[in-house]
Amino acid sequence: MTEHKLSFEQSLARLDEIVRHLEKGDLPLSDSLKLFEEGTALLASASQMLDEAEQKVVKLRKGADRQPEELPFEEE
Amino acid sequence: MERTTLTVTELNNAIKTLLDREPMLADVCVRGELSNYKIYPSGHHYFTLKDAESSLRCVMFKSSASKLRFRPESGMGVTAFGRVTVYPRDGAYQLYCTALQPEGTGDLQVAFEQLKARLSAEGLFDSEHKKPLPAFPEKIAIITSSAGAAVHDMIRILGHRWPMTKVLLLPVRVQGVEAPPEIAGAIRYANEFHVADLIITGRGGGSIEDLWAFNDERVARAIYASEIPVISAVGHEPDVTISDYVADRRASTPSNAAEIAVPDWHEMRDVLDGFEIRSRQAMQKKLTQLSQRLDAIAQKRVLSDPGVYIDNRRMELDHMRDRLGAAAERKLAAGKQDFVKLAAALDAMSPLRVLTRGYSLTQDAQGHTVRSASQLKTGDRVRLRFAEGGADCTVDSLYEGEAQ
Repeated sequence: MTEHKLSFEQSLARLDEIVRHLEKGDLPLSDSLKLFEEGTALLASASQMLDEAEQKVVKLRKGADRQPEELPFEEE
Repeated sequence: MERTTLTVTELNNAIKTLLDREPMLADVCVRGELSNYKIYPSGHHYFTLKDAESSLRCVMFKSSASKLRFRPESGMGVTAFGRVTVYPRDGAYQLYCTALQPEGTGDLQVAFEQLKARLSAEGLFDSEHKKPLPAFPEKIAIITSSAGAAVHDMIRILGHRWPMTKVLLLPVRVQGVEAPPEIAGAIRYANEFHVADLIITGRGGGSIEDLWAFNDERVARAIYASEIPVISAVGHEPDVTISDYVADRRASTPSNAAEIAVPDWHEMRDVLDGFEIRSRQAMQKKLTQLSQRLDAIAQKRVLSDPGVYIDNRRMELDHMRDRLGAAAERKLAAGKQDFVKLAAALDAMSPLRVLTRGYSLTQDAQGHTVRSASQLKTGDRVRLRFAEGGADCTVDSLYEGEAQ
């Protein structure tokens, strides 16, 4: 439904907007349904983000030209 | 009787030898008030120690003075340590001071209060300068020791609460003379390459000496200059450092910093569930209203061919219902775990009229959806949400078992 995948934060903001519109109840049925479908898709993708998130931890080192360089983080 | 005539130098040296032989004077500890305190460009400190009746000239050489952790000022009560000897050029004895301690509180405490007062006067702690923390940080830079419990506690809690945030560790020493420049350097480096959108710097608990790096002016200024918001997390709850005052947010412990830094996974799950229930309820209400309007029209029999009209509207409604169902199906296919709840919701929706007869959502005082009596206790306030409006209620009694 969305062309660019929204971040979790953006999804929440859009969902809030959608639910408020739906609750106002003044939209024609077809528009309501369109919003409902968009909301359902957003809920699914946001849930997926929650379910599939995996923490990434790296150690940062000053590399060549002082540029940050990521190293695996090992328990010390 | 013949007298020996001495030169001034000989006499002064003789007195010096006498004094230097006296063990008590080789290592004295004397209490008094500082006066006439002067720091020379050479780095040597000159002052007079006095009490109500007398005074003592003192000098503190640069090598000793550089170890002072507070700024001695005239009028301050101190204990001075050192050796008394004669300065032959002036023919005057003085205390060669090797250490100074402020009276009453420790020297670190005085240093802390002095730096705090100075930076506060400069506006480094002003609330206008505090930056808001990102609600959903993408990357967090942790500036602390890579050894020790603090870093592991933070990584564990961040991973548990919000695994979506990437954690970058910038390892630094957190105690010893190298610690302040390393911490300040890491904060500046994180800003220079904008490696994260939130910084946590701190360390686990320890003595006031262990935590001292976070009372260093260089660290305070690096935090103040940081464009990236900084959470300071030093020691245990009662420990407050200069870093805590300068930072955009103070955490009582490193673990607490991790809790402040990211949202809670379970809370966000509840927020999503809340959105789902509300949008479903709003749609059901919409469909019910339309259905009632159709019924009203059917009863009036004002249309030339009411049967066809109503049949068509019913077909449209059925079609919409199919789409609603299909949308939910897609979501189920996407692997949403609350299949049972969703199926039940769809099921409840099919005889549209039934819904207007009662369907409510119960929320606790925090707005969380109540799914089980075990979430409540007698006397709790709950909010019931109906198809239209709601009601705030108090729980009288609770019972276990499946809902019907």
